[in-house]
Amino acid sequence: MSDFEPKVVAFVCNWCTYAGADLTGTSRLKYASNVKIIRFPCTGRIDFMLLLKAFANGADGIIVSGCHPNDCHYTSGNFHAKRRWIMFKELMDFMGIDMNRVTFSWVSAAEGAKWAEVVNETVTRIREMGPYVSYKELVNKTIEEEVKNE
Amino acid sequence: MNNLISRAKELLESKTVNVVIGYEAGPTGLARPAFITDSAKADKLIYDERCVQNLAVYLTKAEVKNFGKMAIVARLPVMRSIMMLISEQQVIGDNLIILGISEDNSLLDIASISVMQGYIDKCDLGNPSKDREILAELNKMTPEEKFSWWQNQFSKCIKCYACRQACPMCYCIRCTVEVNQPQWIPVQANAHGNTEWHILRAMHLAGRCISCGECGRACPVGIPCHLLTMQLADQVWNYFHVHAGTSDKMNSVLSTYEPNDKESFII
Repeated sequence: MSDFEPKVVAFVCNWCTYAGADLTGTSRLKYASNVKIIRFPCTGRIDFMLLLKAFANGADGIIVSGCHPNDCHYTSGNFHAKRRWIMFKELMDFMGIDMNRVTFSWVSAAEGAKWAEVVNETVTRIREMGPYVSYKELVNKTIEEEVKNE
Repeated sequence: MNNLISRAKELLESKTVNVVIGYEAGPTGLARPAFITDSAKADKLIYDERCVQNLAVYLTKAEVKNFGKMAIVARLPVMRSIMMLISEQQVIGDNLIILGISEDNSLLDIASISVMQGYIDKCDLGNPSKDREILAELNKMTPEEKFSWWQNQFSKCIKCYACRQACPMCYCIRCTVEVNQPQWIPVQANAHGNTEWHILRAMHLAGRCISCGECGRACPVGIPCHLLTMQLADQVWNYFHVHAGTSDKMNSVLSTYEPNDKESFII
């Protein structure tokens, strides 16, 4: 497991975290290169299905990040997102799906250092947890079952 | 029950309504939904403990809407469904006459939507007690136990979508599972597709589920999928202190917010 490199997908909002991640780069701060950043107009746009898609396509961890409350470019997108993530987390916990693999954070355009911290902390945590075997098994079971049915 | 029949007759004879949606006894003795348009046939109406279906599911169907004014036999969950449908602008409250049925199966005098609201406010709006017990047991399990418990349940799923069809809140003409560009949910009834379907259904009903349990009853293979939405209904109460279907003017929980909503997991 020592050579395991986690795949982490970051869903970030255009106005705060994406700009924050840009600042991390222009400030020449180094952070884990395992993260693939996907830019969204707003955290309010990040559907929970996108997270499931990421896991289904092989992600081991996910970061969801956007503007701090009261700083949303569209006034309320992040407040709506917050309610959605509270419900999503409760549902996942109830179904026994591991939410320790998902980091939710608020990173502003001025918090380049915080972005590096969030990514590093997430990658370290996922590296300790290992590959997301149980979700990959779910997806792979599909293929096995299909073969069996044919 | 005689009160119900005479009231239905009166409404149909005076042409106040064009149809009465209620229950009749089916050939096997089970109750089934009935659409009474002729006052002479109102004698068929029954009301007892067999009448479990949530009739509000018909209110959003085009062929039922075409009747115009209608009366509907409604227990508490049906009343709450109607409240949700009015608040989501799916049903016009003025077109409806509620033939309310109380806990002890007697006819209530519900003259308007505001009277219905008064009645709902006085009721216990939590989940049914037998589901509460199962939920409490499930919540005691470890994450691994929960995962295998649910995977075991989902392995039975044949993706017939009876849970969706039976639910009065699942009225979208084009459901996300029918969208294939992109293909959100794998079509096959396999572990992956079944799990994501149940996540999607529960999330789309978060803050909207009125705890009638109809989805679980409709399931032909006995998946207790109502527990997912009921758990979320509990959590909506814990976090936001809202019960779905208590007012005809409320906003859905996930399409509104309070600036001081509390959570502990966002860093």
